[in-house]
Amino acid sequence: MKPLTGKEPIAAAAGPCACGGASGPGGGAVSCCDASCDASVAADGDSGQPCCGGPQAPAASPMARPGYELLPFVASFVTTLSGPVPVVRTTLGRGDVRGTLGARLGYGRDGYRVAPGLYGVGSPGPDSPVLVTADYKLSFDALRRELSGIDAWILVLDTRGVNVWCAAGKGTFSTGEVVRQVAASGLERVVTHRRLILPQLAAPGVSALKVKERCGFSVVYGPVRAADLPAFLRAGNRATPAMRRVSFTLAERLAVSPVELYHARKWLWWAVLAALAVSGIGPGGFSLSAVWERGPWLAAATGAGLVAGALLVPALLPWLPGRAFAVKGAFVGAIGGLFTVSAAVGVFPGAVPVSGRVGMVLLAAGISSYLAMNFTGSTPFTSPSGVEREMRRAMPLQAAALVAATASWIASAF
Amino acid sequence: MRTFRYLSGVSTLALDTARCVGCGWCEVVCPHGVLAVSDGKAGIVDRDRCMECGACAANCPAGAVRVTPGVGCAAYILQVWLKGKAKASCC
Ligand code: SF4
Ligand code: SF4
Repeated sequence: MKPLTGKEPIAAAAGPCACGGASGPGGGAVSCCDASCDASVAADGDSGQPCCGGPQAPAASPMARPGYELLPFVASFVTTLSGPVPVVRTTLGRGDVRGTLGARLGYGRDGYRVAPGLYGVGSPGPDSPVLVTADYKLSFDALRRELSGIDAWILVLDTRGVNVWCAAGKGTFSTGEVVRQVAASGLERVVTHRRLILPQLAAPGVSALKVKERCGFSVVYGPVRAADLPAFLRAGNRATPAMRRVSFTLAERLAVSPVELYHARKWLWWAVLAALAVSGIGPGGFSLSAVWERGPWLAAATGAGLVAGALLVPALLPWLPGRAFAVKGAFVGAIGGLFTVSAAVGVFPGAVPVSGRVGMVLLAAGISSYLAMNFTGSTPFTSPSGVEREMRRAMPLQAAALVAATASWIASAF
Repeated sequence: MRTFRYLSGVSTLALDTARCVGCGWCEVVCPHGVLAVSDGKAGIVDRDRCMECGACAANCPAGAVRVTPGVGCAAYILQVWLKGKAKASCC
């Protein structure tokens, strides 16, 4: 494309547009090199978007409405007796994947929601099944991505941006909320049957009997995992025993572990600072050179505890000794601490005396034990009674390990 | 999932067989196969797998299952200890 020199007769540019850019669909009414176009752009004050650069954007979607934003996962709308219902795609776009990553890593996790109400997939009709889910976008995405080739309705409850399992535990995925959304969406005019398929993990918050009493829809509990839904539907709403059991595979464990790291960032810097500060204490009072020489090793032990408790424990969970998570964490943390010690000794043989080495191992084990204990919240098999018992026993020991680690580290400087 | 086991002898799950009508809802909703119906009555098959989610009690039409439901989450329990139940948040 050759640039305009200013000598070309612009008005005569009736052929291919001289300033480049394919005219979009529906273009041609006004050439992009038209003087009137320039004038209108100038009048808009929209100088940030050059009139003559790049292809023209496509025409507004026929589904666009003033004051509303059309979400990228909505493919079309289907008309029902209760009004238009958005039909969503069953593939995840780039924005969905980016959002998933963000939510998994912890940032943008809160408020990652879809609007509660009725949606559809495929070509839903009056006989299509109604699948109920939470308004957490990851829950919604996990459901719709499994529904390719299936015609169904999706009823999204207002669970305050929380996933099915946690919302059921918190009482936002509840009998009352199911009844409320059934009424608000006008579901009884959309479908002719009277059946809702709820995720099994919603059962702690819902009484199937009361839903039936209060809105006339009977509840069928679907499989635990959305991936089993097509098979469940094909089998006439029957779940195999395997579909009814929660799993906690390596992939599932690793998917939830970054959140632990994200939460840990709040105090990690303070822990590292404290480790450096403690390292400065020596026979001559506080010295910066001691901070510089000894500090990194204690900070490394802190980091080892973090990695052990927040990443290695989730990954290695089934193979670690002990039932209590605090025990598993202490075990991996101690090994992490020993690794750090051997690194310290390998690099500077005289850098850390024996009592300091003990301190490093204790610190890593204590931190890892505490973090591993916190991982109970991400697992689908720990009972509150069990966690409470574990905490009552482990937390005094974790505190003691921290104190002992600090004491022996300081002692090692003398 | 068979590989995961948590602490033994802690669950608050209690089954009143006399009230049970054998409908099977508890067996359907339990994510750990703790309860199963045989010969028209529910029974506790593997108590130590119970995570006290409360699904069985919420869906038993006869009030035959009781459990103190809650979330097995250390961060949440710690908040309850520190701030009280009303202010604690989880997940
Ligand atoms: S509380 Fe949950 S895990 Fe325990 S028996 Fe009932 S449904 Fe199963
Ligand atoms: S849900 Fe209640 S009544 Fe039904 S089988 Fe279980 S314990 Fe018995």
